[in-house]
Amino acid sequence: MKYEAVIGLEVHAQLLTSSKLFCGCSTKFGSEPNTQVDPVCLGLPGVLPVLNRKAVEYAVKMALATDCTVNNRSIFARKNYFYPDLPKGYQISQYTEPLAEHGWLDIDLEAGRKRIGITRIHMEEDAGKLLHGEGPEDDAFSFVDLNRAGVPLIEIVSEPDMRTSEEAQAYLRALRDILVYLGICSGNMEEGSFRCDANVSVRLVGAEKLGTKAELKNMNSFKFVKEAIDYEIQRQIDLVESGGKVVQETRLFDSSKGITASMRSKEEAHDYRYFPDPDLLPLLVEDSLVEGIRPTLPELPQAKRERFTTQYGIPAYDAGVLTSSRDLADYYEAAVKETGEPKVSSNWVMGEVLRLLKEDNRDIKDCPVSPKGVAEIIKLVKGGQISGKIAKEVFEEMYRTGKPAAGIVQAKGLTQISGEDELARIVDDIIKANPDNVERYRSGKATLFGFFVGEAMKATKGKANPQVINRLLKEKLGG
Amino acid sequence: MSITKKDVIKVADLARLALTENETEIYTTQLTRILGYVEKLSELDTTGVEPTTYTVPLKTALREDRVRESLPREEALKNAPEAERGCFKVPQIIE
Repeated sequence: MKYEAVIGLEVHAQLLTSSKLFCGCSTKFGSEPNTQVDPVCLGLPGVLPVLNRKAVEYAVKMALATDCTVNNRSIFARKNYFYPDLPKGYQISQYTEPLAEHGWLDIDLEAGRKRIGITRIHMEEDAGKLLHGEGPEDDAFSFVDLNRAGVPLIEIVSEPDMRTSEEAQAYLRALRDILVYLGICSGNMEEGSFRCDANVSVRLVGAEKLGTKAELKNMNSFKFVKEAIDYEIQRQIDLVESGGKVVQETRLFDSSKGITASMRSKEEAHDYRYFPDPDLLPLLVEDSLVEGIRPTLPELPQAKRERFTTQYGIPAYDAGVLTSSRDLADYYEAAVKETGEPKVSSNWVMGEVLRLLKEDNRDIKDCPVSPKGVAEIIKLVKGGQISGKIAKEVFEEMYRTGKPAAGIVQAKGLTQISGEDELARIVDDIIKANPDNVERYRSGKATLFGFFVGEAMKATKGKANPQVINRLLKEKLGG
Repeated sequence: MSITKKDVIKVADLARLALTENETEIYTTQLTRILGYVEKLSELDTTGVEPTTYTVPLKTALREDRVRESLPREEALKNAPEAERGCFKVPQIIE
């Protein structure tokens, strides 16, 4: 490897407040165009912005979760550009004095843990949405919906600490997990409530000086982020290798072609002429506010993952899946509390529970079987009342009908048959009915054992206790 | 500090303003005069003085996160030169 890539990410996260950053309009997603607008977010003359307290608290939460220093005093600035999605002609953002700085985030990679620096977190308002017509008569027009204009965002800027697209992806996932755990962002990339731009450059391995960077936009999934960065790294290496020069520019990712292409139209507009917004006084965040928020932070994904592996002794993979959301982690922990069986509970939650939920496209919050229900079925298997195979059927029935496990087992006559006498009779019948196979088994075809087990299960509709069947077959077949 | 014609053209371009040659001349002269007037302040020695971005020693007010009624859509769109399908209609924006 002659070259290495240098990657920094700028992430925009939409905060889950009910109202906009500077006015009382709703932030609800998917409403009819321009039904959530008022004189403030429309940029009408004579209005003044008033800052949303909850947005500040949410931003502080993220700052604390990423070990940033929260500045006691930060300034809102106007970022000027002329575009129809921005009715005021400027976006209210923060520039020289952001809300928080100098944080970091640890990401877990196959090669181990790596610390990624966070340069800053600042608050800003979102812009509106441009809809482009579909019919040929619409060609000459764009349509502006300002429902999103003024919705609160935080921008989280990383240091250029990442070297591969995998690292970028891991950072992005970790960041999103934290935002979702904090309950301050939905993390939905498709709806645009979690967006990412990437600054990418390449340099010779060992070089100190950074290469010229390109800014990548329009990557609305984790997969696209990886594809875009990989493409861009290769493009820049090829360019340098063939004697060319990387130019600083914004490039859009085209997911249908898997390439990045220069976005020429906005180049000149990068002159934003920031200045402090005279409509907004400095934002003072007292230490008392910060210290009031700190104890409200939940256990964060990484800490929870680590606790799950140490406290429950489950594999890292299990811990990763089970902590992918707070609700799922809570569900799992409630089940373990009932069963006292961490690994078995993990298998059930990751297996049957998630499988059925996925089929129905349901969230764990809406799971019809409670953690107690899962525990109930685990206990039935452990107690030998039902076999593992039957347990899955019973569980599905619980999921569909909401009935308790024991009731289903009884009503359907699914109780495991463990009785020696009954099973011995069944084994005898099988041996009698299959003299040829018995002969072949006894003369050394050991693989036929499975056939006899299968027959026994068939005869008992899967209810035979497998351990007892195995033992009886071994005894009676000899061998 | 003097403003050049080039500066005026650039600022006009960023603001999407189409200026005639004559207007460019006028604004160059006027802006130079305005900046020259403000420039007087540079005569003062401000070493060690914090920039006075805000003249009142206040902090920004905060409001509770409560949804208030928005404007009826017809109202919101009333001043738009053109509106269609509940949206502001503008010349096509191509990226």
